[in-house]
Amino acid sequence: MTKNVDAIVVGGGIHGCSTALHLCLAGLKPVLIEKDYAGRHASGVNAGGVRQLARHIPEIPLSIRSMGIWEKIADLVDDDCSFESHGQVLVAENEEELAVCRARVAELNALGFTHEELIDATELRRLVPAVAETCPGGVVSRRDGAANPAQTTTAFRRKAEQLGATVREGIAASNVRYGAGLWHVDVGPETFAAPVLVNAAGAWAGKIAAALGEPVPVETVAPMLMITSRVPHFIDPVVILRGRKLSFKQFSNGTVLIGGGHLATPYPDRNETVLDWKSLATSARTVFELFPVMRSASIVRAWAGIEAKMKDDIPVFGPSSRHKGLYHQFGFSLHGFQLGPGAGAVMAELIVNGGTQTRISDLGIDRFHPSTL
Amino acid sequence: MTVAPKREDYDVVVIGAGPAGLAAAATSAEAGLSTLLLDENVGPGGQVFRAIASTPVTDRNQLGADYWAGADLVQSLRASSAEVIHRAIVWSLDRNLEIAVSIGGASAFVKAKRVILATGALERPFPIPGWTLPGVMTAGAAQTMLKSSALVPDGRTVIAGQGPLLWLLAAQILRLDGRIDRILDTTERGNYFAALPHAFAFLTSPYFAKGLSMMREVKAKVQVVSGVTELSASGDGQLASVSYVAGGKRETIPVDLLLLHQGVVPNVNLAMSAGVEHRWDDLQLCWSPVLDASGNSTIPGIAIAGDGAGIGGASAAVVRGRIAALAAVEALSPAAAAKLPAMATLRSDLAKAERGRVFLDTLFRPAPQFRIPSGETIVCRCEEVTAKDVLDSVAIGATGPNQLKAYRRTGMGPCQGRLCGLTVTELMAQARGKTPQEIGYYRLRAPVKPITLAELAAVPKSEADVKAVVRG
Repeated sequence: MTKNVDAIVVGGGIHGCSTALHLCLAGLKPVLIEKDYAGRHASGVNAGGVRQLARHIPEIPLSIRSMGIWEKIADLVDDDCSFESHGQVLVAENEEELAVCRARVAELNALGFTHEELIDATELRRLVPAVAETCPGGVVSRRDGAANPAQTTTAFRRKAEQLGATVREGIAASNVRYGAGLWHVDVGPETFAAPVLVNAAGAWAGKIAAALGEPVPVETVAPMLMITSRVPHFIDPVVILRGRKLSFKQFSNGTVLIGGGHLATPYPDRNETVLDWKSLATSARTVFELFPVMRSASIVRAWAGIEAKMKDDIPVFGPSSRHKGLYHQFGFSLHGFQLGPGAGAVMAELIVNGGTQTRISDLGIDRFHPSTL
Repeated sequence: MTVAPKREDYDVVVIGAGPAGLAAAATSAEAGLSTLLLDENVGPGGQVFRAIASTPVTDRNQLGADYWAGADLVQSLRASSAEVIHRAIVWSLDRNLEIAVSIGGASAFVKAKRVILATGALERPFPIPGWTLPGVMTAGAAQTMLKSSALVPDGRTVIAGQGPLLWLLAAQILRLDGRIDRILDTTERGNYFAALPHAFAFLTSPYFAKGLSMMREVKAKVQVVSGVTELSASGDGQLASVSYVAGGKRETIPVDLLLLHQGVVPNVNLAMSAGVEHRWDDLQLCWSPVLDASGNSTIPGIAIAGDGAGIGGASAAVVRGRIAALAAVEALSPAAAAKLPAMATLRSDLAKAERGRVFLDTLFRPAPQFRIPSGETIVCRCEEVTAKDVLDSVAIGATGPNQLKAYRRTGMGPCQGRLCGLTVTELMAQARGKTPQEIGYYRLRAPVKPITLAELAAVPKSEADVKAVVRG
């Protein structure tokens, strides 16, 4: 039997859950379909960075929109998501890197964005006392911070369900088709039908888009992270490096998360990744050099989440260029977590109002396929 | 002295030098395969034959003939060409058969054509009120001290729980003039009836006579309270007393040391982190790897032998080790396999060694109240999460152990779920009205044992360092 709903959202990551939640807030009744469980992949196991810092310019408006929601996240989902705002700092390790930082901040200022701020060695040392003496400065985005990704994604899912979303977990969406003005999607023995379909299937979204005639240059990647044993509190902001691949954050319980984008081998069909320890050793060396205080800490666990990375590193976000009622929301290329709350809000505006005040025009799938609509 | 592996590639890498690992490594090396045996301990033996080459307990009666059988295994290993490295902590194994091992604070990587995991067993968690107090320890830990250093308890000591190892430990403590004030037997009365249909096989097994004489030996010297249905430890920052109910009557006694034991379960962490499929064993109440008759797992090239393949005891472990090694030899060097004992012979040896196991598993199946705690009893020691905390998380939407991490960080501490995993699975299964198989287990991640950042930083660079990477 076919169940009619207002929208079908495929993918229970932070994006699918946020869109489902915002559709509910707009009075719609969506179904959220997740092949595993909400937050099983990248959305639940990423570094949790809530970062406007160092973003690609086309996605900055969406990031700023999202930041406003993050700052009142508990009002939206009844859960603080362990969001803490101690800023994010980009460290320049030498004068050349600092020059790049200076140019970047000037470019943003010229475009009217003021969230990134150039800092000198003194301010860097004040913000990150443990950083090596040789670093001449960097950039800070003071409203940034970090949250617990699994807790956050779970909170969005829970709130969406409370507000009336139907949630189906553990069975993949299949047989996506359009007929008689409605999208139809099978979930095991059930079929859902709705005028709106949102493709938020993360690492699996490229396949859905291709099957619907909109292939895009996307690959499946698995960025690795590792976490240490507890060490005495020594750092508040999230730290990323300008030159080398490192992101670094200490949680309130003392554990330290080390990331930066070294990749594992993903096996999306098996929900598995195989870690590359020799690359993780590179991250360990960088931490060893920059933060002597970390040298005796233990690595307790390492992992990688499976996600989609676009060739141009910016997401596919907005209406389909071929099909009425189809919307894409994927390919966040290792920096989608912070965008989730805002992207859900904007997606709901696109669906319900047919437009949004937030500038997203450079993110559309029409950059790959001229619209045929 | 610290020695890194001599080569980067081996035909067979065996992990663990207990009964299964010793037998597997000797068999594989005797057949001419390049063989590396990696083991965490200072010498061969695992837990059953711990300190077999070094124990100060030299009176053979005190540790028993079964213990000294380990000496023959060590002898044949040493006569073989197998390379053996002790104090070697394997912290990663993946489906490409890449192994990361920490030896003397430095990590090395080796690759194998075949891996035989012989990582043995762990003691089942015994989450009663007060089990985390100093002064409460596992029977296995007490046995380690006894075998390695001839140390036995001399304060007021209570042993509580059930299972063959509990009686063995009690006998060994008494033979070394240690002190045991009381044994609290938690075996459920109903288990005796449930086990009865399997008694015949047990009566004809080697365990029967040995087990009976050991229990008689212990009961002659120590007060044994059977049918214990409730148990708790208390004290202010240190164990002071043990309280129990037997036959509907509560008693509290002052103690200095409480030794807990309710059987052993497969040590699955390394196999699970490599991606080997496991299933819930409803009789042994634990996760066991899915294996074929030769011990091959669901990952090509990884076999599992010994108690890590499902609890079978030391004699079965030796045979399983030989079977797994023979399968490796058959695959890599068929001509050499012809000179080894036939697979059919080994399989009948295994059947003999496993006789009576169902009886023991049924008789010593731990009671629900000692596996599934309630209220303020700690479940996860690393993060101090109570049973109530777990149930509260279930009530607001945590559906399984991995989802629970988002609420409570259970299983995310240094023990990687070794001390809480089974409890969390069974507790959540009960709360949600599902089977443990449906609820599942933590996804385990390397490093399976923690390594220091400095050690990882010292790993030699690879070509991967120059690969393009992106920022997260």
